[in-house]
Amino acid sequence: MSLWRKIRKTGRVAEPAPERPTGEAPPEAAKLGGSVQFRHVDAGSCNGCEVEIGSVFGPVYDAERYGARLVASPRHADALLVTGPVTRNMEVPLRRTYEAVPEPRFVVAVGDCARDCGVFAGAYGVAGAVGDVVPVDAEVPGCPPEPEAIIAALRRLTGR
Amino acid sequence: MTGLSSAGLSSAGLNAAGPDAVGLIATVLQVVLVVVGAPLLTGLMRQVRARMEGRAGAGVLQPWRDLRKLLRKEPIDPRGTGWPFRLAPLVLAGTALVVAAVVPLVTTASPLDSAADLFAVTALLALGSVALALGGLDTGTAFGGMGASREVTVLALVEPTILVSVFALSVRAGSTNLGTIVGLTEADPMRVLSPASLLAAVALALVTIAETGRIPVDNPSTHLELTMIHEAMVLEYSGPDLALIEWASAARLTVLLGLLGSLFLPWGVATGGAAGMGALVAVLVGVAAFAAKTAVLGMLLAAGEVFMAKLRLFRIPELLAGSFLLALLAVAASYFLAGGA
Ligand code: SF4
Repeated sequence: MSLWRKIRKTGRVAEPAPERPTGEAPPEAAKLGGSVQFRHVDAGSCNGCEVEIGSVFGPVYDAERYGARLVASPRHADALLVTGPVTRNMEVPLRRTYEAVPEPRFVVAVGDCARDCGVFAGAYGVAGAVGDVVPVDAEVPGCPPEPEAIIAALRRLTGR
Repeated sequence: MTGLSSAGLSSAGLNAAGPDAVGLIATVLQVVLVVVGAPLLTGLMRQVRARMEGRAGAGVLQPWRDLRKLLRKEPIDPRGTGWPFRLAPLVLAGTALVVAAVVPLVTTASPLDSAADLFAVTALLALGSVALALGGLDTGTAFGGMGASREVTVLALVEPTILVSVFALSVRAGSTNLGTIVGLTEADPMRVLSPASLLAAVALALVTIAETGRIPVDNPSTHLELTMIHEAMVLEYSGPDLALIEWASAARLTVLLGLLGSLFLPWGVATGGAAGMGALVAVLVGVAAFAAKTAVLGMLLAAGEVFMAKLRLFRIPELLAGSFLLALLAVAASYFLAGGA
């Protein structure tokens, strides 16, 4: 029952939703109609971005209220959330994951590493940025990006 | 019609032409209600959970948005899959639809009443589960097979409990027809408080949770493949197939919660006793009562889930064996108490 008291005392921790982000969305995204399932792919990140993604779907930022949800299988997904530079070992798995997503599909590159290899540029294990392996529809800059920035990118896809 | 129905319930049949038509309307309403309402129930349960976790939640309509989007997406047949994979979603959704039509949720006087047999309903639910398990096996992936084997394990423990616990209720009614059982309970509400009925209620509630893959047996929102049961079987489905499966899971949950409501809180279920306008009003009351009862039960289930963690897989048989024991006690109690009275 102490959990019950805790629930009563804490109340709502989700922050009020910010203004809907401006900026163009991929034209195909309108087909999704306010529901986007994301499959997260760690292509070789340092896990800094994962912590931020974790808090995006946590209670404070609560991305679920905009119709975004993390799913367990690329077959269920509409979009991939790719973090980190693509390492040699993850190049083929990333491409296969992309091919497993049913059309229409999107790719969001989260973090500086995913955009242009960031601090790992030129490292011996790095095959390239996410854009070199699969077509990227949206990018979130930052190392690691702020949850607000990730939320804005997700909301452009869900349109809510 | 009266001759056909196994239990000869059909107080509807005794009335003139009207009641059959009303029964038909009630059945159609019931199916529509389950079809439209099942995703809303899922949305409601997610919303309750979100609010208790301090989140804002996606809204009650989100499952419908998900389904609409899935229907627009491209279907994929993974390489190497055959007809069991393609057929499974159709069989699952089909059986869910049939069960939604025959189970006495809104009225006991439906024209399909003779099919609302305890064994038929249990077998239909099992057929859907087995079809999905075969579909999961057909993908040939490690997780599909693992999910299928777990699902069948749970199924083997759940089905006897459903049978035995409803059997405990049917001893008094002298019939395995669900409509008759619900009708009798409604005529004599104190029956619900008998030990046999209470034991059966707890057993049925436990198996409902297991059968629909809720916490503590299975976690519907898990991302960890190694802990999955239901989700592991559907990992390879996409687009419209996935939409069918998600809808069917929601419909099964709705029907089982509704059945729980009808069996143990039968107030408001139309019995077809009245004629003319009275019967129509009774049906409308039945619709409202079904919606309210199912929503309340769903909210209770969702709230309960917040306080619980998923059980370890090897503990699940213990839980289900416990519920089977309760069901067995219910049968024993119903015999002894009936003999003593
Ligand atoms: S962008 Fe920064 S936080 Fe994200 S994976 Fe790269 S180094 Fe780590």
